[in-house]
Amino acid sequence: MELTLWTYEGPPHVGAMRIASSMKDIHYVLHAPQGDTYADLLFTMIERRGQRPPVTYTTFQARDLGGDTAELVKKNIKEAVERFKPKTLLVGESCTAELIQDQPGALAKGMGFDMPIVNLELPAYSKKENWGASETFYQLTRTLLKEKVISTEKISPLRWKELGRRPKVNILGPSLLGFRCRDDVIEIQRILSEQGIDTNVVAPLGASPDDIERLIDAEINICLYKEIAETSCEWLRRNFGMEFTNTIPIGIKNTIEFINEVHNKLGLPLTNKEELEHKSKLPWYSKSVDSNYLTGKRVFIFGDGTHSIAAAKIAKEELGFEVVGLGTYSREMARQVRATAKELNLEALITNNYLEVEDAMKKTAPELVLGTQMERHSAKRLGIPCSVISTPMHVQDVPARYSPQMGWEGANVIFDDWVHPLMMGLEEHLIDMFKHDFEFVDGHQSHLGHTATKTEDFVNSDDKEDKNSKKGIIWTESGRAELTKIPFFVRGKVKTNTEKYAISRGLSEISDETLYDAKAYFS
Amino acid sequence: MSKVDFNKETGPREVFCGLTSIVWLHRRMPDAFFLVVGSRTCAHLIQSAAGVMIFAEPRFGTAILEEKDLAGLADAHEELDRVVNDLIARRPEIKTLFLVGSCPSEVIKLDLATVAEKLNKRFLGQVRFVNYSGSGIETTFTQGEDGALKALIPLMESTDEAKLLLVGTLANNVEDRFKKIFRNLGISNIESFPPRQSTELPKIGKNTKVLLTQPYLSDTVRDLKHRGCEIISAPFPLGIEGSTEWFLAAAKAFKISELKVHEIISPLINRAKLALESHKEILKGKRLFLLPESQLEISLARFLHNECEMDLIEVGTPYLNKDLMKEEINLLPDNTKIVEGQHVEKQLDRVRKSNPDLVVCGMGLANPLEAEGISTKWSIEMVFSPIHGIDQAADLAALFSKPLRRNQILTSKTLVTH
Repeated sequence: MELTLWTYEGPPHVGAMRIASSMKDIHYVLHAPQGDTYADLLFTMIERRGQRPPVTYTTFQARDLGGDTAELVKKNIKEAVERFKPKTLLVGESCTAELIQDQPGALAKGMGFDMPIVNLELPAYSKKENWGASETFYQLTRTLLKEKVISTEKISPLRWKELGRRPKVNILGPSLLGFRCRDDVIEIQRILSEQGIDTNVVAPLGASPDDIERLIDAEINICLYKEIAETSCEWLRRNFGMEFTNTIPIGIKNTIEFINEVHNKLGLPLTNKEELEHKSKLPWYSKSVDSNYLTGKRVFIFGDGTHSIAAAKIAKEELGFEVVGLGTYSREMARQVRATAKELNLEALITNNYLEVEDAMKKTAPELVLGTQMERHSAKRLGIPCSVISTPMHVQDVPARYSPQMGWEGANVIFDDWVHPLMMGLEEHLIDMFKHDFEFVDGHQSHLGHTATKTEDFVNSDDKEDKNSKKGIIWTESGRAELTKIPFFVRGKVKTNTEKYAISRGLSEISDETLYDAKAYFS
Repeated sequence: MSKVDFNKETGPREVFCGLTSIVWLHRRMPDAFFLVVGSRTCAHLIQSAAGVMIFAEPRFGTAILEEKDLAGLADAHEELDRVVNDLIARRPEIKTLFLVGSCPSEVIKLDLATVAEKLNKRFLGQVRFVNYSGSGIETTFTQGEDGALKALIPLMESTDEAKLLLVGTLANNVEDRFKKIFRNLGISNIESFPPRQSTELPKIGKNTKVLLTQPYLSDTVRDLKHRGCEIISAPFPLGIEGSTEWFLAAAKAFKISELKVHEIISPLINRAKLALESHKEILKGKRLFLLPESQLEISLARFLHNECEMDLIEVGTPYLNKDLMKEEINLLPDNTKIVEGQHVEKQLDRVRKSNPDLVVCGMGLANPLEAEGISTKWSIEMVFSPIHGIDQAADLAALFSKPLRRNQILTSKTLVTH
């Protein structure tokens, strides 16, 4: 049993719903009690979908348990098939139905329908949402393509040359409730098309079962989100010989590496190599003198596997930040995140407990947090700027404007989204410096709230944990005044150091002179 | 009883389960913690409905059952023990801990009553444990509050003192207003259940007169009756009419003259009518379809028809206690179509066919209906907003007029369209 106040991922059947809702001509009959229908709002409210998810919940009740719940399942399947006429039917159960073992998938298969039926067994007491999405996409792909395995020759990535046409690829992994998937797909398709590569199928987002059957018309697969598509990509490679890409095109370096990888796999010469460096504004914006102050900014990263790993690379190599913390809630990608952390001399934080993440954040004292919506809230409480880089989805993560994370435009978006909160930090500093000027309007506060601006409070208050150790030390008026003049973002550190120094010298008072003594001592 | 048209429907439903009521119960009793014993689905449901992220640490959580907890119940009990110990060590300010049963805990027959009993002995004088079920196989949405309140009744001491007990969660400001009005009427001993502090449970007995503020408390009412309480039969205090009848029923039970009631609430009624005018202008003649969710639907339909002059197409309710709803049903217009239960697909077919001006529904259905050109009001807002009483009548009407007004603005032909 695990005490959970808030969780990064939903149950695995919500993952299955993400696949079903992303696609066309599919219906999902879910053996589940009425409360589970809450999941519809994830799509209709968070993603602002104008359609209900294609899901029929059996909504069995306690009184049904004594009778024949299997009959109830069959009734719901029959009605759903008649009403929605899906080309493929997904059948599964949520946590409670798993316990009563009606085996709805097997029941559906015995009902004599001629459409393909995918029996989803998603263990609700050990697995989570992303796993459920991945497994559903895999089972669906396998069901729709398994009969073609024997009759189809292994697909050579060079096949397009023999066929005398442009190379074709599939883009696999984008789904509803995935972070900026809608726009990433547009960006990646644009990049591929500029290189003379056609998109055969995008799936699951916007695909129908017919499209899944057409996957093997492409030469290779682009595995855009490993959390969702890696298992399917591996199956397609094993059974059809289809190669798939490993690089996630988030950030300039990764996007270029991704383009290289696709070209290498397809045996397509890359002719515009030099051009690629200039496709995004990020490299120049990062190089311009205005960005000097970004150097060595301490950044804490937590999110899903795909976005955390990419963020660490961009932060370090493309923006010149110092990564002081890295972690993920995606246990399936823990290995890769650990490896990335190791390269940065860090130990990865792998957890589903947001309070642990908040603690780690406090300990590392970052100047910027890149995280999920939960880290945004934690960071707000700590007065640290934050940018959201990963699911779980929030209505704010589905912006009206075009806002990808991947490719050239994605890099532009990332530069703005990560740096602007810091700009506000600099502005905060200016406000602090100029606040004694007569032109200054009292009450000028930034989005960070009061935490960063209230100098007096900060100087006078004893931090909780410091209370005992600092007992007896008094800041004199001159010492306090001097501390006020120090930029807010280093003030905390200066205060702690000076007090440490005062204790070590057995001083009971800190004046402006003590402050300078301490400064000299520590420098 | 007026000639209403009762119907029952079964089939797939689209409603929240009783766990959702934790979202308002934990706000009502800030010294209580609600621990759901359930699955990741339960945790995800509550956080999706409650906006948990705004809290540093919420006063509700889920003990998520894992594979190994299902293997042996003895181990599950031990595990729950461990989770509770950790929780209490971390949150020493908790005075009452609700162990809330869920669909999976009910199906595996986890005995939360026994667990609560054991914990009560161990933490005697420090934390009280009560248990109830918020499971979706037994409860819908607001019925969770019914279960929580029922679970508290055995902890309430007995008294012969005469008092008025308001039963059902109210917004604090509304509760204060009600108490002031009752005091003006001459009823001085008034208490609320649930109280604002879980440890300050009212005493009850044969001289306790219960006035319900919410229509979804069937089980609580039954147990209060068993404890000798008298239940005052009245409509619910939604809108001017409902609130007036509600005050009158209470006054009658306390032998206070009708005249006195009118004397005190007339000024309130007059200004409420004035405030209601602008909303009525928008709502008048508009056709309303209520899908089942909160059990407030019948009272809302009565208010929106009688005071805002809306036409009722269909009034859905997840569950109908004809006895408790008697006074409300009497106030409904003849031939009102009430449908208990749901077949969500068939009901949506009827929604589309009847071409309503406004549909009251859950959050899962609202945007899809809007996309079809049907204005909606989500029902969950009804349980989060202070809507009870005469002074709130206009605010209640505003919840329904706003989507229509917005629709008017956005579809206005004066906008240049591209």
